[in-house]
Amino acid sequence: MPLALEYDRHVWRKRAPRARLALWFGWLALAALTAWSWQVMTQDTIWSFVADAPRQARDIGARMVPPRWEYAARLWHPLWDTINIATLGTLLAIVFAVPVAFLAARNTTPSLALARPVALFVIVASRSINSLIWALLLVSILGPGLLAGIIAIALRSIGFIAKLLYEAMEEIDEHQVEAVAATGAGGAQVLAYGIVPQVMPAFAGISIFRWDINIRESTILGLVGAGGIGLQLEASLNVLAWNQVSLILLLIFGTVVASEWVSARVRRAIT
Amino acid sequence: MEAGNGVLRLERLAKRYPTGDLALDGVDLDIPAGQVLALIGPSGAGKSTLIRCVNRLVEPTAGRVFLGEAEVTALGKRELRRARRRMGMIFQEYALVERLTVMENVLSGRLGYVGFWRSWLRRFPQADVEHALALLGRVGLEAMVDKRADALSGGQRQRVGIARALAQNPDILLVDEPTASLDPKTSRQIMRLLVELCVERRLAAVINIHDVQLAQMFAGRVVGLRAGRVVYDGPPEGLTARTLTDIYGEEDWSKTIRPDEGETLGEAAAAAHAAALRPVRLDRDRVEGQV
Repeated sequence: MPLALEYDRHVWRKRAPRARLALWFGWLALAALTAWSWQVMTQDTIWSFVADAPRQARDIGARMVPPRWEYAARLWHPLWDTINIATLGTLLAIVFAVPVAFLAARNTTPSLALARPVALFVIVASRSINSLIWALLLVSILGPGLLAGIIAIALRSIGFIAKLLYEAMEEIDEHQVEAVAATGAGGAQVLAYGIVPQVMPAFAGISIFRWDINIRESTILGLVGAGGIGLQLEASLNVLAWNQVSLILLLIFGTVVASEWVSARVRRAIT
Repeated sequence: MEAGNGVLRLERLAKRYPTGDLALDGVDLDIPAGQVLALIGPSGAGKSTLIRCVNRLVEPTAGRVFLGEAEVTALGKRELRRARRRMGMIFQEYALVERLTVMENVLSGRLGYVGFWRSWLRRFPQADVEHALALLGRVGLEAMVDKRADALSGGQRQRVGIARALAQNPDILLVDEPTASLDPKTSRQIMRLLVELCVERRLAAVINIHDVQLAQMFAGRVVGLRAGRVVYDGPPEGLTARTLTDIYGEEDWSKTIRPDEGETLGEAAAAAHAAALRPVRLDRDRVEGQV
């Protein structure tokens, strides 16, 4: 009841007085919670370490520059592996994610009672586990190497791609589907003419976005032995070779920038 | 043509939506070959439901639909697809596949005749391609063949929609508010094109339309629907203030039916009617001059 009569005038407020009061107490509670959480969070903090932090950061920073450029010769191959893990993992994920998306989308699933819940379970299972954890599992099953990395990336990406794709499929214009069905087209043709053209831009955008994310994720998979540049990162961290670490970080940064550029170009081309 | 021999026959057709709304309440209609029928009525009268029940995009709850000899309402999935090939549908918002080209949209009218892989690889039979090109020429879009559908104007899109429906080689056109998204001039051009094509090909058409004057100008028969029932069925000249009140409810209809120009309006309607029965082109200037 935002409109009220006060002293013979109509007064309009966004909220009624009771709602305003509730909102005020809501904010108060949030502030109190924040203060209390800060207490819990910092009770184990050793403040002398915190006070020391700027000096430590300056020290490590100083050891990082200049990067050890000649080390780069030994990084090109692991970097190439990293890009391959991301790319092949994404392709593998697409192969599985597309059918899963068709099973999961309300308007294309063959059965709401069986196929859709199964597909949704696959999506949730894949999404709920980080690719680093997948990699840990796979390294102990398959042994270390690129294959474990590729499969770890793929397993994590299936859920991501399938979820975004089936959501895009549920948002298509049903009139176009109706029009194709009205011509007497068969089920597969309705899919190919009514639905596929409508989700193509979303599909390409999602895939390239996931590839972009996977480039980043695959740089750390080496930490658990799943191949790529992460292995060199771990080795350099272990021997405190900070000038090598900084070079690796620079290289990863450059790769990510390049992949951003590629995905931006692709996304612009497909709309 | 006698009753019972029509291209399309509806018997006690009824549709009740799961929400409980009774959209169609026992509609009987018999449409002979070559007849252009305008279906008028207020919003929610069941016009869209009626034509969607004919090709079973919406499943009717009761009654029967006959397309020629075939009882559409009794067909299985596969036979229904075959029956749908004989019914071309045209939509208010065009319902073109926006990201496909004009040619692909027109050829999609052939999907019912072509196997999946041929259609997926876009390898349509040469005869289909030639027919599609001829249709695009007929509707005046020969220059737009390779344009994407979303690059066209409203009137052009509706022409593609018409070409797609005709590519099916249908016996009847089901047309859902073809002009509702178009400006008045384009509306007339589209209606004129539709009627001409029906005459050329001796095609029957059911055209949902909420513009009474357009219905009077171009249709040979007008059916008024109100709350899912037929409350008027007759020639366009038969629409009077009284019948329009039956269809739409109380309102000042004198401006719509133009009693002072009754003569000329009757003439235009008669011309359209005659044109719908005779294979002649409508005289564009004369009809436009009337209104």
